[in-house]
Amino acid sequence: MYSRTYKAVISAPPLLWVGLFLLLPYALMFAHSFWLVRDGSLIHHWNLQNYRALFTNPLYFQVFLRTARIAASVTLCSLLLGYPLAYYLSFHAGPRKELLYQLVIVPLWVSYLVRGYAWKTILGSDGVLNGFLQYLHITREPASFFLYSPFAVVLMLTHIYTPFVFLPIYAALEHIPRALVEASQDLGADRRATFLRVILPLSIPGLLAGATFAFVLSLGDFLAPLLVGGPSATMIANIVQSLFGAAYDWPLGAAISVCILLITVSLLFATERLEKRWSFK
Amino acid sequence: MSAGAISPQGATSGSTLLEVRSVAKSFGATQVLKNISLQIAPGEFLTLLGESGSGKTTLLRLIAGFEQPTSGEIWMSNERLDTLPPYKRRVNTVFQNYALFPHLNVRENVAYGLRVKAAPKQEIAGRVEEALRMVKMISFADARPATLSGGQQQRIALARALINRPQLLLLDEPLSALDANLRKQMQSELKALQREVGIAFLFVTHDQDEAMALSDRIALLRNGALEQIASPREIYSCPATAYTAEFIGQTNLLRGEVKNGLVRWGALQWGTSHANGAALFSVRPEAIRLADVSLELPEAVRFRGIIRQQIYSGASELLEIDCGDNQILRARIPASGPLSGEHEFVFSASDAVPVTETRATNRSRATDREPR
Repeated sequence: MYSRTYKAVISAPPLLWVGLFLLLPYALMFAHSFWLVRDGSLIHHWNLQNYRALFTNPLYFQVFLRTARIAASVTLCSLLLGYPLAYYLSFHAGPRKELLYQLVIVPLWVSYLVRGYAWKTILGSDGVLNGFLQYLHITREPASFFLYSPFAVVLMLTHIYTPFVFLPIYAALEHIPRALVEASQDLGADRRATFLRVILPLSIPGLLAGATFAFVLSLGDFLAPLLVGGPSATMIANIVQSLFGAAYDWPLGAAISVCILLITVSLLFATERLEKRWSFK
Repeated sequence: MSAGAISPQGATSGSTLLEVRSVAKSFGATQVLKNISLQIAPGEFLTLLGESGSGKTTLLRLIAGFEQPTSGEIWMSNERLDTLPPYKRRVNTVFQNYALFPHLNVRENVAYGLRVKAAPKQEIAGRVEEALRMVKMISFADARPATLSGGQQQRIALARALINRPQLLLLDEPLSALDANLRKQMQSELKALQREVGIAFLFVTHDQDEAMALSDRIALLRNGALEQIASPREIYSCPATAYTAEFIGQTNLLRGEVKNGLVRWGALQWGTSHANGAALFSVRPEAIRLADVSLELPEAVRFRGIIRQQIYSGASELLEIDCGDNQILRARIPASGPLSGEHEFVFSASDAVPVTETRATNRSRATDREPR
């Protein structure tokens, strides 16, 4: 048995860390969301005005809807890319498996910002894509709609989050005993039926985990809209950023943050329950 | 060349359900199966017996369709089998660890084969119930596999494989994960079930007792080649090779010298029809008995020996007899109380079965009943 002192000493640093850098900021944020700013100064007067503003001003709702739409698109696109990739690697890549796996993972080592700027370079009016299209005489003028659109944001976030979606799906597929696949074929199911009846259901926990990653991370993203999104792709986190910055309305920013946090937490809670329902020993 | 090719094909004859023709299989540079040929008759219980690495599971997987033979062909009722994908073969498999679908309940697991064939719902329900009744698992129809014991999962795996009414059922060490008592019980249930459904069983095991208890015929595999294929009685009483004699049951291998119809082994000698020269004989321990005045054996070979070791095992005891010059013979005699010192022993010359020399294996298998 460990002594009381030992336990206290060993658990102090992580508790301190979590308390100082997680719980305290959240508590402050929560408190701020019930305060007010008047004439450029913070008033510690408890009220619900910020939340009322959120639900009465259609701007916030619109931006939030757009954010959810973008996050959903990113999730869908990265699932459509990540699942087949994971399936191929797990079941059909043979000896190339290791190498391909590393290739999928490599982008994770590259800074998010660098990848963002890379997309800016590719999609811009003088960018690689426009140059290529003009070279092929498909377009005459540089097209400006690639960059600074929700499409560009979805593209960039899909590129960034596909490995995050790939990883849990791949892990789930790798955990499926191959004897189950053989048993399915043995009982008369061809490849398609085996996939639909055995492999897909057994990979649902991985699929849910991947989808949650992509959706939640996209939901809170503010760099992609800044770099490649433009005003038409402003997301909820950009609003929060400006409220905490130039607009100097911390209480309203905090209220929005609390809402995002609640949505995220309930989403995580829901998917975890779903994952549990779909995992079997 | 394996001994199986020259030994008789056992009791079964007439129609053939499955035929393996000169099948070989290599994984890269390693040859796992070498020129295997065998036939399975309808309704037969054939066991593939061998140590791990003997290629028995690979042969099973070739027939199921999970592996492709490097050369040779597999035929089933005048249809070439080895070119078909697994889902088109009329064989079903019971997997070593059952491979039940964890996301489906017992009923859905058993129904799987019929569902993928899109059988009418009414028919599926009826046949699932029939199959579950057959393996006495009807009350577990709604349970998840993870909640079942090994023996119960085993029954479900059987029901799931049998519901497709295959002509041949492949069983890959299906009892090896069960504890000893349950295993004995499942053996007899399995045998009864096989008789009841009349489906041919191809059963893989490394356990020779299991093979003896269940099979119509045993195919003994060794390093990817067929060592001998015969009925349990025949393979036990007339082993073709020293390896077979040592693998199936226990034996004494006597390396004797034959001269003009007489074998000499140490101080012992007996008559044989074997050609002159060095020869190897297998004498089962239970063929050697304490000499008794009342005992009349034809062609009795009598010898005196000192008991070095006595191992009691309930109904019988195993004696290690020193016949001089450090020649040790093992005898299994009915339990008879403590013995020691010198005694006279006897066996019948007809119990000394000539076997062919085998490739060098240094391990003695006489006391190793569970090769693993």
